Order: sequence, then structure tokens, then C-alpha cells
Amino acid sequence: MDTLAAPPATRPSNPSWLNRAAGVFAACAGPAAGGAMLVIAWQLISLRIPEIPGPWPTLASAIQVFEHPFHRTGPNDVGMGWNILASLGRVAMGFLLAAAVGIPTGFLIGRFKTLNAICSPVISLLRPVSPLAWLPLGLLLFRAANPAAIWAIFICSIWPIIINTADGVRRIPQDYLNVARVLNLSEWKVFKSILLPSVLPYLITGTRLSIGTAWLVIVAAEMLTGGTGIGFWLWDEWNNMNVEHILVAVFVIGVVGMLLDAALLALGRRYSHKEG
Amino acid sequence: MNDKYVSIEYAGQTFDTRNGPFVALRDINLAVRQGEFVSLIGHSGCGKSTLLNLIAGLAQPTEGVLLCAGREIKGPGPDRAMVFQNHSLLPWLSCFQNVYLAVERVFSKTENKRQLRARTSAALNMVGLRHAEHKLPHEISGGMKQRVGIARALAIEPKVLLLDEPFGALDSLTRAHLQDELLRIVASTGTTAIMVTHDVDEAVLLSDRIVMLSNGPAATIGEILDVPLPRPRNRLALVGDPGYASCHAAVMRFLHQRRVDPRASVEPAATLVAPQTKTTEAGHMERMERNENPTVVEAS
Repeated sequence: MDTLAAPPATRPSNPSWLNRAAGVFAACAGPAAGGAMLVIAWQLISLRIPEIPGPWPTLASAIQVFEHPFHRTGPNDVGMGWNILASLGRVAMGFLLAAAVGIPTGFLIGRFKTLNAICSPVISLLRPVSPLAWLPLGLLLFRAANPAAIWAIFICSIWPIIINTADGVRRIPQDYLNVARVLNLSEWKVFKSILLPSVLPYLITGTRLSIGTAWLVIVAAEMLTGGTGIGFWLWDEWNNMNVEHILVAVFVIGVVGMLLDAALLALGRRYSHKEG
Repeated sequence: MNDKYVSIEYAGQTFDTRNGPFVALRDINLAVRQGEFVSLIGHSGCGKSTLLNLIAGLAQPTEGVLLCAGREIKGPGPDRAMVFQNHSLLPWLSCFQNVYLAVERVFSKTENKRQLRARTSAALNMVGLRHAEHKLPHEISGGMKQRVGIARALAIEPKVLLLDEPFGALDSLTRAHLQDELLRIVASTGTTAIMVTHDVDEAVLLSDRIVMLSNGPAATIGEILDVPLPRPRNRLALVGDPGYASCHAAVMRFLHQRRVDPRASVEPAATLVAPQTKTTEAGHMERMERNENPTVVEAS
């Protein structure tokens, strides 16, 4: 009997770390292969077109750029860290303003059909306009580059927030509202315990879409307005004809955008609920 | 005990549709005693859920009046707790939090947090779910979810417990188990209960009276059957019980007759002008003992 009982006890401990290692390997294999393909294609292009620097010179240049990310020696020589923070700051500013206006607007539009009828055509008309088309109006209104860039972010962030919030409010199951009615919950309690948790996943989807667009737009806006920021830096390096730095900027923009998206995706997963 | 704890007087419900008014219910007269268990049974679409919604206050009758404990029902309220067919638990709250939300609403003015928590735990304990109180609804089975729904409804000590096909979505073994549990809980708490169902066995097993609704549109109470089986009731002991069988047969006969010809009873009803409120319980029992075809009483 002892010999029969012994094997199952030792079995699970053996492959557990092996399984985990295999899992990590399997998860990394795809991205590693994709990255390798990108580097190979890049290398081939740089061999054919001599103006485009290859991966290794670019990497060397990137290491140089990131050696002192927070140095500040002059208006046109600011560390990469400061540039990224300046761009992120503008995105945050514009996005927070958009959320402050867009979330309540979305709730109202989702709740009241009349308001939806009034606002829907206006949103449909304004939404497809490129946020950069609003930049001159921003410059005219605020007479400064920085608020104009924030204005462009505000405009492009607000539509996905409004539309997704309104959609989430419209999709709240009637059953949940019936629970609130049977219990006679107060308006605040209904909002806090039912409306908000029910709408939150939609709201986070809206946020993800608007942050994605905002990050696209800020680079373009900074190219036009100048000053600081990753977009301005990229344009500045174009004027200096430093193509390696341009490629570094492209990767930095890509990585920051990817991290923003991943962070919001994780947030969305945290607040999503499985319909029971 | 109050003989007219829930009282429905000449209630009717008409919906305005694109094709003009649609009469869902008409001339509903019913009085439910305190502590009584009443089932509403009928074919789907006969308006039994509409009637329950009227009692819950989720909808307003277009005619007549509904009273609960002597007061007119003007809207929904926690004195009439509802167990929904699809449990309607909030998926972002744990079982405990779902029940606590209701308990907090009703008792937070008079009790402190510790007492509210104790009430919540007691309610979950009553349905045997103390161990799963911190789980989210999607982590537990359908039967357990419905038990949380029952705990939520009973935790607020309602005057009337309303059940809208509470076990309709469950498999038959789970359903039987929950019916037994509901029998036990209702017996121990003495709650007045009104249940919508389309399951004849369930209606006979649980009810003191079965209210049979005629087919819609313009549905009304076709017949009210007393179930004189002694309590506590035991599912197994009732299998061969002649009283159980005759109740079951009476309900089946009513439902079957309606399905074959929904208008079958209209002609005889015109001659039998006795309003259904006058049908005495004694008369019903007598008929049942003689195992007669129950008289169909319908005001038209």
C-alpha cells in the first residue's frame, strides 16, 4: 500500500517549474521571431539604401541618446526623458479635460433619447475631422503653442469617450435596474453600485481608443508647434539630417504607445466583469 | 392573520402598441392571506409575469387597484422583495456584497455595520452558502446563484416574497433541491409568497392555492385551486398521495383544455356568472374530493 501511495505525491512537484519554463518559452517565441524578422528586413533595406542607417548604428545612437535622459543644456538640447515626459504631459492634460467633459456627456446622451437625437448628428459630423485640422483654431483661440496642442488632444480624445460611455449606459441590462427599483436604492447608490460598474468596461475601451489616437496626434501636433516633446525632437533631428535619431524617435514613439495600450488593457481586464 | 394581506381588485393592464391598445390582463380579483403561498400558473404569454410585476410595483395597472398590507401599491419597494428568473445578481459584487446591498438599504437607519453584516451572513447561511459568500456570481453554479437571489430577497424581511419562475432555468435535480429548500425556508420564516411558474408539480408541491390564468390576450383568473395537503410536505411521500394526484390532475386538465381550445370556456362561462372571488375554498375542496372536473369560472 505504501508503494502505491508514494508516486502521486512526488509527481506534481517535478514538472511544475519545467511546465512554467516551457510556457514562458512558448509565449516568447512568437514575439522573438517577429522581432528578428523586423531586424533582418531593416538590415536588408539599409544595405540597399545607404541613407537609411542599419540596426547596429541606430542601436549605438540610441544608447548615446539614453545615456543622459534628463540633461538640459539648452532650449534645443533637452534629454530624451524630458521630451517623452513633455509629450505624455500634454496627452494627459488633453485627455483629462476630454474625460471631464466626455464622461458626463456620454452618461447624459446614453440616458436621455432626446439628447441623443440632438447630439448624434453633431458628433457624426465632427468626429471624422482630423484633430490636426483643429490646431489652427486652437492657436487662434489660445495664441500659444502648448495649449493649442492640448486642445488638439482634447478634440480627438473626446469622441471615443462620449460614444463608448453612451453605448455602455444604453446597454445596462434592465434586470440590474429592476433590482435597483425593487430595493428603492437612492440615485447615488444606483450610480455607484450599478451604473458605474456596468459602464466601466465600455468607458475603459473608450479611453484606450482615445489615448491611442492622442498619442498619434501629439507627435504631429508637436512637429507643427515646436518647443519640446518627442514630435518636436523628431522634426528637429530631420532638420539636422540625423536619420539615426529619427529612427530612434520612431522606436521610442512605438514603445511608449505600446506601453500605454498595455497599461489600459490591463486596467480594462481588472475592471471587466464576467456576466454571471 | 390578515385574510387580505395582498389584495388585487378589478386590476387590468392595457399596453399601448403600434396596432392600438393591447389588453394583457382584465378583471383580476385576488386576495392573499398573510403567510400563504400562492402560485400563478398559465401558458406562456398569459400575463402571469405582468401580474407579478403589478404586485411588485414595477408596472402600474391601467384599471383597478392593488393593495399590500392595507396600502395601495404605487411603486416598487423592499416590502415586496423579488426573486428574478435569471437571478439578476450584480456580476461585479460578491455573493455577500449582493445581499449586503439590499440589507444596507433596508436596515442601515436602525442598525450598525456589524448587525448588517450579521444579517447578511445569516441570510446566506439560511440558503447554505456561507462558504461561497466571497465568490463572484460567475464563479458559482446556476442553482447557487438562484439561492443567493433568494437570500437577497429574504434578508430584507419582506412582507411578501415575489418569485418570477425562480427555478425555470435550472436542471430538474437542482430545481427539486431548491424547491425543498424553499419549502423549508418559507415554513420557518412564515413569509407570504406569490410565485409565477409553469411547472405543475412545483405549483402543487409548494402552494396553498394555485391561481390558474386563462390564455391571453385579455387574460384573467380562470380558476383557483386549493391544495389541502398537510405541511410539512415531503416530495417522496407525496408521490403516491391521492390528494396530490387529484390537485395535479385538476391543474393539468385546466391547462390542457386551454391549449386545445383557448376559447373553450367562454361559452359555459357566460352561463356561470359567479365571479371568481365568490368561489369558496370549501367548494373547491369538495369538488376535489369528489374528483370532479373543476368548474371553470370566468367572468366575461
